[in-house]
Amino acid sequence: LFSFELLLEAILFGVLLGCFYAAVSIGLSVSFGLLDVPHVAHPAIMVFGSYCTYLLAQYGFDPIVAGIALIPLFFLLGMGVYRFYYETFEKRGTEAGVRGLAFFFGIAFIIEVGLILVFGVDQRMVQAPYIGTSLSLAGYRIPFRLLVAFGVALVLTAALTIYLSKTFLGRAIKAVAQDEPALRLMGANPVRIKQSAFGLATGVSALAGAMLIIVGPVEPSLDRLYIGRTFCVVVLAGLGSMTGTLAAGLILGIAESIVLTLFGASWAPVVAFGLLLVVLGIRPQGLFGR
Amino acid sequence: MAPRLVETTQEEGPMKLHRLFAIATAAAMLLFSAVAAAQQPIKVGMSMPQTGPLGAGGKAALLALQMWVEDVNAKGGLLGRKVEFIVYDDQTNPALTPGIYTKLLDVDKVDLLIAPYGTVPTAPIMPLVKQRDLLLMGNFSFQVNHTVKHDKWFNNSPWNDAASWSNGFIGTGQKLGAKTIAFLAADQEFAQNLANGARELAKKAGLQTVYNQNYPPATVDFSTMIRAIRAAKPDIVFVMSYPNDSVAIVRAVNEIGVGDSVKLFGGGMVGLQFTPIMESLGSSLNGIVNYNSWVPGIKYPGIDEFLARYAKRAVEAKVDPLGFYLPPFNYAIGQMLEQAITATKSLDQKVLADYLHKNEMKTIVGPIRFGPDGEWATARVVQAQFRGVVDKNVEQFRDPKKFVVLYPEQFKTGDVIAPFEKARGK
Repeated sequence: LFSFELLLEAILFGVLLGCFYAAVSIGLSVSFGLLDVPHVAHPAIMVFGSYCTYLLAQYGFDPIVAGIALIPLFFLLGMGVYRFYYETFEKRGTEAGVRGLAFFFGIAFIIEVGLILVFGVDQRMVQAPYIGTSLSLAGYRIPFRLLVAFGVALVLTAALTIYLSKTFLGRAIKAVAQDEPALRLMGANPVRIKQSAFGLATGVSALAGAMLIIVGPVEPSLDRLYIGRTFCVVVLAGLGSMTGTLAAGLILGIAESIVLTLFGASWAPVVAFGLLLVVLGIRPQGLFGR
Repeated sequence: MAPRLVETTQEEGPMKLHRLFAIATAAAMLLFSAVAAAQQPIKVGMSMPQTGPLGAGGKAALLALQMWVEDVNAKGGLLGRKVEFIVYDDQTNPALTPGIYTKLLDVDKVDLLIAPYGTVPTAPIMPLVKQRDLLLMGNFSFQVNHTVKHDKWFNNSPWNDAASWSNGFIGTGQKLGAKTIAFLAADQEFAQNLANGARELAKKAGLQTVYNQNYPPATVDFSTMIRAIRAAKPDIVFVMSYPNDSVAIVRAVNEIGVGDSVKLFGGGMVGLQFTPIMESLGSSLNGIVNYNSWVPGIKYPGIDEFLARYAKRAVEAKVDPLGFYLPPFNYAIGQMLEQAITATKSLDQKVLADYLHKNEMKTIVGPIRFGPDGEWATARVVQAQFRGVVDKNVEQFRDPKKFVVLYPEQFKTGDVIAPFEKARGK
């Protein structure tokens, strides 16, 4: 069945899938990569974003517009969650990491159970002109929903890269990730900066959640599928690198797509963690980490 | 000595009284405990997927079983005892079910067991029930007793052996003159059991396999696989998928197209029977030929009344509002237990198993007889083609015209429209 045309298609769809992986991981790249917060609830917050998008879509909102509209609300939610995490765990010292992990697992379960109570366990989907249709291009039919994921990933990566390097708060976030005591000595409040950064990561998750429900149906426990994959992308990229996250997502997506086409779908998940192990063996700081 | 004798004689009276009192107390306690035991409820235990991929179906099925418990208790219970229903959520996680069933047996001390909905959560508890020699009412499992060979297993599902699920679909393809087939199957217990049976059947039918792909359960997008199927140009595409995957596959087919060669598409897609999924996919379903347990138009005594009662409760419970697929069969599990216990006046697992083996069960999903392997003696897997489905309309699915039954012959309501691309427009 193998042909050059099939390989080209595999690469094309790998790029689209990779951008989707990058888009769902980029919020985690800020919260875990830059802030060192063990944010295992990141996929659950994203699924929460999907359900909020679903709700707004019932009132006629386009899913992408709904996702953008949710960013400020999720920003505030993220700030609140971080403040609670800081006061109850991070402030108390060295064991914060392990206990924080339990805290974020708890948050993920609360979100999952809350969604079940409110929406039930059925799958939810949204309708839009770009869902279920495709673009015909040079003999290829490319689903519009994957093109949306592609666009969202590029926009988020560009926006976060510019924000983190060109704005005062962005540079402060990078500074707090590199040397928190130094920042404190300069009179800045690292907790407030981290709070804003966590809010930013959560706000981005709202848009990623909108994209999640555009790409496929969601159900409350969907977050479990994404914990491993999102952490894999972030660690593979090198903690805290936005462009690295996009590149890692692309590498993963293309590798999975080619492996699926040439060797079978069952081997595709092995690719993610196999690549991670190889990269960490050669470059422990990740592909784009310093 | 005399005074001693007198003393002894004087003590014998109270001793007798003490003994009498003790005997009377013991007898009273025995009687009390017997009455108490008679008043204790009959405990029926199970795990049910209420979250995870099978959660949507599991919750609807659970509502039907709760309705049976309420109905039977309203009639005075079984053997003069109320029925108590103990259920845990297994999260569609096969790793959890052995622990849950051990707890049901050792801590909750249940009298009777019902298996969770689905093959994947049920398979791991089979060694446990065989080891303890317990009666287990199966719940839409597929081939879980094939190797275990437990003689007290009674699976309430309209299929039996590996071929029973596939022969209606493959037979329909053969009538269309199909020569080649593609398989797309989830890499897990249910789908693989089904795929093995289907591959065997296809081989016997002389169909050439041109694409054969297993995919892992966490697959995000199926575009790549649909493209590969299109490139292989099969006549039949047999898909064996779980709900999340089924939705993603239908979407990918809608976007990319599966090619003009395909005469028949579908077969074993779990999820396309659930109302929320059918409603969401709407017109994308048209043309797909898929298995079902029951569709409107098939008449069984009592099923319409049950579904009318179920529909009212489903709205409150926020579960599948139509409930065609699982709820009637789960209610029927309760009916079978009820019939066996009432007829044998026993809760003994062997006595009940013997009764279930030897007698015809009268249920709202029709009369059921079990074969020696604990599966239905005669399979009744329905293969129906979606036709004329429109977007965003739940009530349309009550119309028998939306599901044209192709198989089995006794329920047939029309002929298949092929090729698939032509049928999609109908």
